[in-house]
Amino acid sequence: MRGTVLDAFADRYAERTHGMTASEIRALFAVVSRPEVVSLAGGMPAVTALPLDAVGSMIGDLISRLGAQALQYGSGQGDVRLREQILQVMALEGITGASADDVVVTVGSQQGLDLVSRVFLDPGDVVLAEAPSYVGALGVFQAAQAHVVHVDMDADGLIPQALSDALVALAARGQRPKLLYTVPNFHNPAGVTLTEQRRTAILAIAEAHDLLVIEDNPYGLLGFDEQVHPALRARCADRVIYLGSFSKTFAPGLRVGWVCAPHAVRDKLILASEAQVLCPPALSQLVVAEYLDSQPWLEQVKVFRELYRERRDTALWALDALMPTGVSWTRPDGGFYIWMTLPDGLDAKAMQPRAVHNRVAYVPGIGFYADGQGVGNLRLSYCFPEPERIREGVRRLAGVIEEELELRTTFLGEAVAGRTRGGQPHGAGDGPAPNLP
Amino acid sequence: MSSSPAALDHPAPAGPAQDVRAVVLAGGLAYERDVSLRSGRRVAEALRQAGVETRILDADADLLAALAADPADALFIALHGAAGEDGSLRSVLELAGIPFVGTAAGSCRIAWDKPSAKAAVRAAGARTPDWVALPHSTFRELGAGAVLDLISARLGLPLIVKPAQGGSALGVELIGSAGDLPSAMVSCFAYADTVLVERFVAGTEVAVSVLDGPAGPRALPAVEIDPASGVFDYAARYTPGMTTYHTPARLPAGVLHAVEDLAVTVHRTLGLRDLSRTDAIVGADGCVHFLEVNVSPGMTETSMLPMAVAAAGLDLGATLRGLVSAAVARSG
Repeated sequence: MRGTVLDAFADRYAERTHGMTASEIRALFAVVSRPEVVSLAGGMPAVTALPLDAVGSMIGDLISRLGAQALQYGSGQGDVRLREQILQVMALEGITGASADDVVVTVGSQQGLDLVSRVFLDPGDVVLAEAPSYVGALGVFQAAQAHVVHVDMDADGLIPQALSDALVALAARGQRPKLLYTVPNFHNPAGVTLTEQRRTAILAIAEAHDLLVIEDNPYGLLGFDEQVHPALRARCADRVIYLGSFSKTFAPGLRVGWVCAPHAVRDKLILASEAQVLCPPALSQLVVAEYLDSQPWLEQVKVFRELYRERRDTALWALDALMPTGVSWTRPDGGFYIWMTLPDGLDAKAMQPRAVHNRVAYVPGIGFYADGQGVGNLRLSYCFPEPERIREGVRRLAGVIEEELELRTTFLGEAVAGRTRGGQPHGAGDGPAPNLP
Repeated sequence: MSSSPAALDHPAPAGPAQDVRAVVLAGGLAYERDVSLRSGRRVAEALRQAGVETRILDADADLLAALAADPADALFIALHGAAGEDGSLRSVLELAGIPFVGTAAGSCRIAWDKPSAKAAVRAAGARTPDWVALPHSTFRELGAGAVLDLISARLGLPLIVKPAQGGSALGVELIGSAGDLPSAMVSCFAYADTVLVERFVAGTEVAVSVLDGPAGPRALPAVEIDPASGVFDYAARYTPGMTTYHTPARLPAGVLHAVEDLAVTVHRTLGLRDLSRTDAIVGADGCVHFLEVNVSPGMTETSMLPMAVAAAGLDLGATLRGLVSAAVARSG
C-alpha cells in the first residue's frame, strides 16, 4: 500500500532546495509582528520618519506627468537618469570616476548580490565572508551551492591576518576562493566598521591573492558622527564590485538597489538580470529619481541618522543598566544592529521560545553563519521600535537571559557569578565585546 | 469500532447553511501562531465552499469588541497552543454566551495538560508510557542530578522529553543517554514551566481523529506517520515530502480497531466535544499506547484530521459545516 508524502513533486526538486524545510525558528517569528511583542529582530527602516505626504504628492504627480513611462517596461540596465544620480550618491562615499554605464539598477541590492552570485559561482566554489555575515548573503551563496568560509572579525572589522590565514589555508588544500563578501560599514549583524588602515590592508591582500571583493554598503551614509568612510570601491575600481541600496536612505518597499562593476562584469550582470526580472520596476526607479531630484533627501538622511542614533543610545543605555553579568555586546557607530554575546553555554536559538513567551524577539546568531557558529550570539535591531519599546524589550530580554542562567545553574551545575543588574557596564568599554567572533 | 464512510453519521445540516455566519479564530500569540493561521485559512475556505458565511479573526484585544459589533452564530477555534487549547479563551466565550465548535473549557484544561490527560486515560484502563512531570522548582530544590538519576533509573532509556503543554512537537527531544538529559531539560523548559519525561516506546506512530455525531463519537481512519528522518519533528510535520502518511494505517485489523477504540475512549473519558485527535504509538507487540490528545487539531495541508476526513470519504467543508451547525444548535 502506497502512502502519500503530500507533495507530488517530492522526487523532482533541485539539489539546491535541500534544507528548504519548515522551521521552528521561522514559526516563532510569526508572533513577532504582533504588537504585543517587542521586536528587536527585524531590521526594518523607520519609514514613518519620511515626509509621507510630500512623497505621496510627488508620486501622484509623477504618474500624471510620466505615467506612460512609469507603467511601462524599461531598460534591463535601469533608467539612465537614475544611474547618473547614483553616481552622485556614490560620490558621497568617495567613489569618483565611475560611469553611469558601470551601474546596473537592481531589485534591491539583494538582487544585485544574487546576480553576482549567478555570474561568478559554480557549485562547490569557495566564498569568503565575515564571521558573522549577513544572513541574506548566506542564503544567496547557499542557493548557488557555494561553500562559505568565514573570516574572523573584531572591533575594527574584518581581521587582515585572518583573511591571509584563510587564503593560505585554502591554497594548501588546493582551493582558491572566488569572492570575498564584506559589509565594511556598520556591519549587519555585528555593528562594527572596518578601520581605514584595515581597508588598505584588505585591499592589498586582495591584490596579492587576485581576490575579487564584493562590497555591500547599505548603511554607509548612516554613521552617527556623520563621518562617511570611503568605500573600498573608491580605492580600487577594478577589483571591487559595489552593491548599493536606497532601502535605508529612502524606502525599502520600492526595492531599488544597484551594482557598480567593471564593464566586463557589468555586461554579464545585465544579461543575467534580464533573464531574471527583464527590467527593474520602472515606477520604483522613477520614484527614487524624482525623490533625489525634488526632495531634500540628504536632509532626510540626517533625520534618519538622528533618529537611529537616539534609538542606539536608548538600547545601549538599557543594556548597560539591565543585562546580567557575563553578557556583552557591540557599540555601533551607525547602522541598525547590536551583536550580543551570551554567557558561556547559553544557546540563543534554544532560548527563543522563552523570549517569545516573554513577548520579546531577536534573531539567534546561528543564522549569521554557514558553519554552525553563533550559538551563543544574537542580533538586536534598534532601528524600528520607539525608544520606550526598546527599553521594555531589553528589560524583557534581560529577564529571559536570567531565567536561562538559572536553568543552567540547576541542570548543568554552572555557577553564575554576580548576576546583579546594572553595576558594571558590561561590554561598555570603548569598543565592541572582546569575544566577538 | 467501524470507520467505514457508510457508518459515519456526522451531523449533516438539513439544507444550505447560507444563513449561518461563522467566525474562525486563528493566530494568537502561541508558538504555533503560524500553524494556526494556516489552519484558520483552510477551515474558512472549506466552510465558505460549504456555503457558510465565514470571516477570520485573531484572538487579540479587539476580539470581543469585534464579536459584539458583528456577532457570529458560532466560532470555530483554529487556535493552536495555550489560548486555543487550555480552556482559557473558551471560558471567556462561555461567559459571553458565544457558541463555539469544540470542547468546553473545563475538559480542555485536562486534555491540554499532558500529564493530567495521561493520568485520566490510564485510570480509564488504557495504556500510556510511564512518565513523570516536574516543574523547574522541584529540580532546583531537590537537586537536578539526583532527580534526573532517579528518573532515568526508574523509567529507563531511551526517554522522551517534552513540554507538559503544547503541540507541533515543539520542544520534544528523544534522549538515548542519561548524559543528554540535563541539556534537554534546559531546552524544554524554554517552552513550558513543567516538563514531561516519558518512557520511549518504539513502534508505529498513528493519529486518530474523532468526530461527534448523533450516535456519539466515531473514529475516522487512523493515519500512520512515517517520517523520512525517523523523527516526527516540526520540520517533518509541516514540510510536504518529509513524511509519508498511510491512511488507514498499515496495521492488522485488530490493532486498527484497538487504536480507534482508544481514540474514542480518550474522547469520552476526557469529556471532549465535536472533534479531537489522539496521538498513539503501536509497539512491536501490537499494544497501543496513548501519547497525547489535541482538542484543536491542525487543519493545514499537512495535518492529519483533514487526511482522515478525506480517507473516510467525507467532504471537509460539509463536515466542518456540520460541526458549526451542531454548535449553533447547542446554543439554541
